[in-house]
Amino acid sequence: MRSMASRVVEFAAKPQVGAPLISARGVGKVFRSRRDSVVALDGIDLDVRDGEFISILGPSGCGKSTLLRCIGGLEPVTSGQLSLEGKRITEPPADAGFVFQQDLLLDWRSVISNVLLPAEFRGYRLDDWKERAHSLLATLGLQDAESRHPWELSGGMRQRVAICRSLLLDPRLLLMDEPFGALDAITRDELNMELERIWERTAKTILLITHSISEAVFLSDRVMVMSKNPGRIAEIIDIDLPRPRTLDIRETAQFTAYQRRLRSIFESLGIMRRSAP
Amino acid sequence: MRDFWSGSAGRTISLVLVVVALMALWEAAVRIGDIKAFLLPAPSVVLQSIAQKPLWYLQHAYQTLVETFLGFAFAVFFGILIAICIVYSRVLEHSLYTFLVTMNAVPKIAIAPLFVVWLGTGLEPKVAVAALVAIFPIVIDTVQGLRSVEPAMLDLARSLRGSPLKVLWKIRAPCALPSVFAGLKVGISLAFIGAIVGEFISSQGGLGYVVVTSQSNFETAQMFAAILILALLSLLLFNLIELSEHLLLPWHVSRRRERRPAGH
Repeated sequence: MRSMASRVVEFAAKPQVGAPLISARGVGKVFRSRRDSVVALDGIDLDVRDGEFISILGPSGCGKSTLLRCIGGLEPVTSGQLSLEGKRITEPPADAGFVFQQDLLLDWRSVISNVLLPAEFRGYRLDDWKERAHSLLATLGLQDAESRHPWELSGGMRQRVAICRSLLLDPRLLLMDEPFGALDAITRDELNMELERIWERTAKTILLITHSISEAVFLSDRVMVMSKNPGRIAEIIDIDLPRPRTLDIRETAQFTAYQRRLRSIFESLGIMRRSAP
Repeated sequence: MRDFWSGSAGRTISLVLVVVALMALWEAAVRIGDIKAFLLPAPSVVLQSIAQKPLWYLQHAYQTLVETFLGFAFAVFFGILIAICIVYSRVLEHSLYTFLVTMNAVPKIAIAPLFVVWLGTGLEPKVAVAALVAIFPIVIDTVQGLRSVEPAMLDLARSLRGSPLKVLWKIRAPCALPSVFAGLKVGISLAFIGAIVGEFISSQGGLGYVVVTSQSNFETAQMFAAILILALLSLLLFNLIELSEHLLLPWHVSRRRERRPAGH
């Protein structure tokens, strides 16, 4: 479908999966309005290890996006402790990249200039970052689209540009909020593969919000299942599949066993029914 | 740019045909019904009047245009400045913005004679009226635009840890531009009306002056000629803004037409 990356971006060497990068202890989030209050998160305990790929899986409205926003410093927690490298999170961390549900590209800028946006916002010299932006775009197969504008691109290409933008400053932590939710199944598979490759090559810790069981199993070291009303962690399961993973792995018995197990967790939570009543 | 002309070409031709047909009908009605020229001059007479002294009309048109542009420029500069202040200040939002929205309901044209008292009979009162009537839609639409930036876009801005000025300049302002242009389109038409009304009240030149003096002298053909030129200039001004929108915001124009190229 697409040629593989023509150039490989250089990243720092991948360290051992180890010390917790993010730690949550009894984290709660209550949204208060004049009339009532909604408990979005309740008693979240979680350790995300450095270099780990962890997916947060749950039905809509379970607070998974809220949790990511809290970790990303976009939303303050209302109770408990939430820290990054031992420091309380009060603002968006300098060392985190974000990919949102929408690609949020700036339509008036070319693709390359969209990718350079994080450097521009920090006041860095853009010339120092152009080389890296070129390589990132090439890695994701966008070398020919650099001077085009987002409104000339397909949804899949737009989200690729957004991923390049999040990777520009080589952040240690990548926070992804259902980044592939709006894409068609084939594009989604492609991007899952590319994300897997990026993670393999880099030392990044990735937190991915998704409502796709197969996406979560395919990409993650651990899958955290959330239940709703209030948003709690229902279960965290380790995905012990060999790496690097390719799409074929989805047909293996191990893979389907993980899927079945996650589905049965949802069933036990009353979120999915085995058959129509 | 290319589709701007080719897309509207068909429409332009049918528009011209309708106008020509109406003119012919008008001409025929005046001749057959033998209508007096001071009541309703035939189109041929009106065009003759323009052909006889084109420079004279041009001079007056020029004056009206200068007043319009100056008034519009003031309105754009201060309108956008005020809008930015309103969006960034709670206090101003509650006081100034509420005041402006209330004032918008007041027929501002009624204030025009006051400007003559304050500023005399020169260019200034016309520019002032033009600016006054044009500033309201510009402020209101700019505020609307700056406010309606998607919350997700502001999340992105926060995650990039840029200064508020960078967020305004690089994200909020461009996001607001389509809305600003909506205000500019209304604003330019209103500025033009403001300038003409200013000329109605007291002046020695401009197309508004031509309309008023023609009326007192029963030179109806001349009045029609002035009105015709005013109509054409108004269209021209509006299209000038529209054209700059096309050039500056190609992404917005393409989205408005809901024409998106297919993916790879």
